[in-house]
Amino acid sequence: MFPLNKDKILLIVLRIMAGISVLSLLFILFYLVKEALPILQSISSHRFFTDESWHPTSGSYLLLPMIIGSILIMLGAMIVSAPLGILTAILSQFYAPPWFTKPLNRTVEILSGIPSVIYGFLGIVTIVPLLAEFQAPGTSVLAGVIVLSFIVLPNIVLISNNALSQIEQVHIHNAMSLGLSRYAIIRHVILPQAKPGLFTGIVLQSGRAIGETLAVLMVCGNVVQIPGSIFEPVRTLTSNIALEMAYAMNDHRSALFLSGLMLMVVVLVVILIAEKFSPQANIQ
Amino acid sequence: MHQNSFTIISSLNKTILLTLISFILLTTGCEQQKTTPVAGGVAQLSGKLNITGSSTIAPLAAELAAIFESKNPQLRINVQTGGSSRGLADIRQGVSDIGMVSRKLKTEENDIQAHLLANDGISIIVHKDNPITSLTEEQIKSIYLGKIKNWKSLNGVDKKITVINKAEGRSTLEVFLHFFKLKNVNIKPDVIIGDNEQGVKLVSRNRYAIAYVSIGTAEYNIKSGTTIKALPLDGVEATTEKLASGEFPLSRELNFVTKNKPSPLAQAFLDYSRSNEARKTIEEFGFVPIK
Repeated sequence: MFPLNKDKILLIVLRIMAGISVLSLLFILFYLVKEALPILQSISSHRFFTDESWHPTSGSYLLLPMIIGSILIMLGAMIVSAPLGILTAILSQFYAPPWFTKPLNRTVEILSGIPSVIYGFLGIVTIVPLLAEFQAPGTSVLAGVIVLSFIVLPNIVLISNNALSQIEQVHIHNAMSLGLSRYAIIRHVILPQAKPGLFTGIVLQSGRAIGETLAVLMVCGNVVQIPGSIFEPVRTLTSNIALEMAYAMNDHRSALFLSGLMLMVVVLVVILIAEKFSPQANIQ
Repeated sequence: MHQNSFTIISSLNKTILLTLISFILLTTGCEQQKTTPVAGGVAQLSGKLNITGSSTIAPLAAELAAIFESKNPQLRINVQTGGSSRGLADIRQGVSDIGMVSRKLKTEENDIQAHLLANDGISIIVHKDNPITSLTEEQIKSIYLGKIKNWKSLNGVDKKITVINKAEGRSTLEVFLHFFKLKNVNIKPDVIIGDNEQGVKLVSRNRYAIAYVSIGTAEYNIKSGTTIKALPLDGVEATTEKLASGEFPLSRELNFVTKNKPSPLAQAFLDYSRSNEARKTIEEFGFVPIK
């Protein structure tokens, strides 16, 4: 009798693990489709984009503004937090002295652990009233973008820190011995190498941003409309589910599952686009 | 083709449901309706009760259940929210023992038995600093229809009104719409909220907002110093007292519902919820117990 090859055992375990991950995704997709099927069968699908409004209890099922809302809030948050996060990471990796870097990194770690509902609560008691003084009603696209930026920022800093610290030291040393300035090293040696890592981090956080529910629900106003300005309220697909799922029956419930399905499609499209434009590490 | 897949799904659903129900019956059925005699001659109840439905009633039901459980340590009561509609659906499907419905049962819902627990009112709230002291029904209607957009037209400050409405499916919304004879499609909200507390938070931080929430929630918050005030309706103050006296017009029933005759265990809990002791708990929640 031969002892079982350890590699073989590992392979089997890994295959099972990978299988579970794939299966869970398929299961979620199957379940979403199954639950969304009644509404897809009872009304033609173009109505989700052409109906007058979203009043599911009166038979109107306009989903388009919420798809746009979700993408808008996500893009806004990423535009604000990605540069901030990456710059913070550059500061902490290459400029700040250790006595500053350590507390900074600890703070960021703690911030990333705070549940998003707390950010939402802070948003509703501080940011929303502030915006309301300026332009009513305060609960708006802008409030959502600000709160969401706070939520994803710490993680972007952490991931960027990680990406920047994994640059091969030898390149940096070579550049230094050539007498390049710190700015030139960061701009032409470090950033080109760290690009794929930074990019992946941002894509992952976009996924988190678009999936964020409670905080967004608290500060966005949740009116189903394509906002005319950043001061107008908006409803995201996730808020839609959270607001109405507990009370929804029949076609209404089914339409909410369809919102979930739409959300998955949007996330998938984001990931596909990201993959297409994903930069390769290159040294200029 | 469509027909086919539909039948498959519904039959699949039925099978799942049947398995679920039989499982519940198997696991809980044998425990139910047992009474254990204890010293002193008072029989203690044991078993399991499932209560589901309206989120307005759920916190109260959970509190009543906790007290009732402490009197009957062998008893487990499980309270879950999901809205009045779910309360009714669960009762019909036999998934729960008692449903919670925060409105009067419709005449066509005669397959269900209602056990009136208390009354709840809906009060219109604005920020404490808002100079407006009362609004007529017509004015409230106009505000929600977007015909009145500025507080100035109501002799208030020259600021745009922030109209806060509830999300589709909430019973507060239904009662509000029914009372003011409005259709949700015609309402022009600036903010749509889920639960009462969210409405209170928004109004307490926005001087120009208007919302409607359960009287109990409003009164509790006003007493604890939140910067909101409840507007009188048709000249009647929005307080639990006026609600109890039957003067306050914008009110709704809070019902426990069962399918036909409740089980002895459910009946025992229903009886407790109408006892004098339970009245106090109900009042603490800002609702008005039945006489």
